[in-house]
Amino acid sequence: MADPILNISGVTKIYGRTVANDAVDFQVETGQIHAVLGENGAGKSTLMKVIYGVVKPDAGTVSWQGETVDIASPAEARRLGIGMVFQHFSLFETLTVTENISLAVEGSKAELTARIRSASERFGLEVEPDARVHALTVGERQRIEILRCILQEPKLIILDEPTSVLPPQGIAKLFETLKTLAAEGIAVVFISHKLDEIRALCDTATIMRGGRVVGVVNPAEETSKSLTQMMIGQEIAEFGTRAPATASREILRVEGLDHVPEDPYAPRLSGLELSLRSGEILGIAGVSGNGQGALMRVLAGEIPTPPDTVILQGEAIGATGPEARRRKGLHFIPEERLGRGAVPGHSLAENVGLTTFHSGLLSSGFLNLRKRRARAAETIEKMDVRCSGPDAAAQSLSGGNLQKFIVSREMALSPQVLIAEQPTWGVDVGAAAAIRQRLLDLRAQGVAVLIVSEELEELMEICDRIQVMFRGRLSPAVAAGQTDIDHIGLAMAGDFDELEATHG
Amino acid sequence: MARLALEPRETNSIIAPIQVAALALVMTLIGGAVLFAIYGVSPLRGLHAVFVEPLLTTYGIGEVLLKMAPLLLIAQGLAIGFRAQVWNIGAEGQLILGAIAASALAIWFDGTGSPLLLPAMIVAGMLAGMAWAGIAAFLRTQFNANEILVTFMLTSVALQLLYYLVTGPMKDPMGFNFPQSISFGQSALFPTIIDGTRANASLYLGLVATAVAVIFVRYSFASYKLSVGGLAPGAAFYAGFSSKRAIWIALLVSGGAAGLAGVGEVAGPLGQLQRNISPGYGYAGIIVAVLGGLNPIGILFASAIMALVYVGGDFALLSVGVPDAVTGILQGILLISYLACSLLLTMRLRLVREAPV
Repeated sequence: MADPILNISGVTKIYGRTVANDAVDFQVETGQIHAVLGENGAGKSTLMKVIYGVVKPDAGTVSWQGETVDIASPAEARRLGIGMVFQHFSLFETLTVTENISLAVEGSKAELTARIRSASERFGLEVEPDARVHALTVGERQRIEILRCILQEPKLIILDEPTSVLPPQGIAKLFETLKTLAAEGIAVVFISHKLDEIRALCDTATIMRGGRVVGVVNPAEETSKSLTQMMIGQEIAEFGTRAPATASREILRVEGLDHVPEDPYAPRLSGLELSLRSGEILGIAGVSGNGQGALMRVLAGEIPTPPDTVILQGEAIGATGPEARRRKGLHFIPEERLGRGAVPGHSLAENVGLTTFHSGLLSSGFLNLRKRRARAAETIEKMDVRCSGPDAAAQSLSGGNLQKFIVSREMALSPQVLIAEQPTWGVDVGAAAAIRQRLLDLRAQGVAVLIVSEELEELMEICDRIQVMFRGRLSPAVAAGQTDIDHIGLAMAGDFDELEATHG
Repeated sequence: MARLALEPRETNSIIAPIQVAALALVMTLIGGAVLFAIYGVSPLRGLHAVFVEPLLTTYGIGEVLLKMAPLLLIAQGLAIGFRAQVWNIGAEGQLILGAIAASALAIWFDGTGSPLLLPAMIVAGMLAGMAWAGIAAFLRTQFNANEILVTFMLTSVALQLLYYLVTGPMKDPMGFNFPQSISFGQSALFPTIIDGTRANASLYLGLVATAVAVIFVRYSFASYKLSVGGLAPGAAFYAGFSSKRAIWIALLVSGGAAGLAGVGEVAGPLGQLQRNISPGYGYAGIIVAVLGGLNPIGILFASAIMALVYVGGDFALLSVGVPDAVTGILQGILLISYLACSLLLTMRLRLVREAPV
């Protein structure tokens, strides 16, 4: 076996009472695509920060190309030949691609432009060097980040959840690039929690749980199920078999909806049509930023529209606000948990009142604190939210637990319509499974459920019908059983015809 | 090896705000000691003059209570708005308008001796303060004009209006052209509450405001909505709480309270309308509200401390001969210390013992 280019042994990092990394060993070899797999909070990010010099470990050694090193800063890491592509890009939108790269890579502009062109050809990273970043898609921006990394001639590249922002075709392209990089002798560390990606791409996977390494495996030889078990340390409940949606009635209808957002870069919504029926789950697929956010605000009542564009059980409610819609049984789970779904500094007891105060928590303008606390305790118990109790501040909960709390809160009042925006985004596997199961339970009870998600597999798994959103337009609905990921993927890139063909 | 680590608090602590205020007070005492040393006064004597001497005599205590009344009223009102992130910086102007409206009644009905005169002045003063703050609320909700600037600039307008009135329409015709109104009759004045002092019944207004604020903040839905809007505007939007309504409530409540404080001054120690009706109570009220942690009970104590600093500054001027700017400096140190310590409201310090690396 070749000597590892990076060898980490016994790294421990403690934050307060949390042991983020506990005696972690981690080896990467040249030309390897190495996955780091784990739930949120398993210690993946901390380990990467140690490698990239952002965090200094409390104990343990890092050796690079056989020599023990002390990586004190990202600059030091880059000098050694370690590059990192973060999940959130750091690009100046008003500058061109070349200008952005020139901030990190030396050389004259003409020289750089030439280097960018040759590298982008070699690695399949198509991008126009003179384009300004604000006009580029998320996928293109990611390519700039990767190019910037490559031009610094690294020997190891770390990519933090690079596929979470890409449509399926973009993912395939990224994988080719990564394989080319590996073939050129560059080690790639790939962080993800999408198991099929890892099985398709990576040679080796290091699996982390609770700050420790629980296994180093060849992912191609494992099943998604066995990987998941290692990640969460327990069996996840299988979904109950789903009865086909029975004859149901239309609950929510959107007709000829147009909306021009204030943000000039956000897409206009034009001519949106959808029909949501009781006892079904309708999924809206699409790469985020194609107008899903505005559609959600419109459905929740935060953006008023002409009354007859949104019809709830025969009633035109386009101009009705969120509070009144909730009283009519339409509940909404927003994408941002902290700051929208919950007030970060408020306790869970206070947060339970945010959307349910009209259900007996209030008498003549005054709060019933005892009842509110009891309601919070129930809400916590129903979804097994891990926290210190109703007095815990919302911001002290992990993302997954807070999401479980919000889902539990919105379900408590037996809604007729539940709309959820990215309900499992950034949530760990266990919590995501629990949330999906709750959505399926609601469906079985005859609730009309609408989900916006970027995760196609999630939609394929739980939805009855799927519509795709692209640049403010919504495709016709197709039955989830009659289509496949490829066709949805094409629609996500704007080609609705293919989707309609499968439907027809 | 051990070191101090900052970590977020898991639940909102009740003791933390008290600890922070106490820490700020200790830092102010240290700052004050340094200040007196710079003036060449024994720090202990100086601090004694500011913080202890006023409390040794009935007269001193009366003066503290007198100054506490307007600070308490103004701060309770402002805190309601601050909690909703609505920044009324112009309580001084609303105080002036309250004083003008109350004085107009006192002058108009002078000599009637009606027992209804003082209650009418109280209502008029409150409404005038609300109206003045209401201008800012209107401009903010209709045209998105920043309420910080509007309330602040309206204070200058209020001052000019006051100067005009005391030199014109409301001037005492027998007053040798001094810029002041007639002296109010007994029925237009608050009764004193402690013999031999100037402390008057307007303090009761502050205490009632405190009691109302305690109930309002803890139990009312309106206050809950204000606090959601202040802490997380996105969440208020999501819940469907109206931000315009929050702005109106915040500005009307704080304007009304400041107007009441203005009534307390003209119908209290001043007994007439004149050019100087407030030594900056409207601004000091901001410090009191913040120092009290925007909590009604905290504000009660903070207003007492600020009043003590006001009176103590005067005492120090006489007994140890430092300039009266000391009052302002001490108030500033108190606010800055508090703001510096307020990190500890949401974080806590912990001693961490590390295993040797």
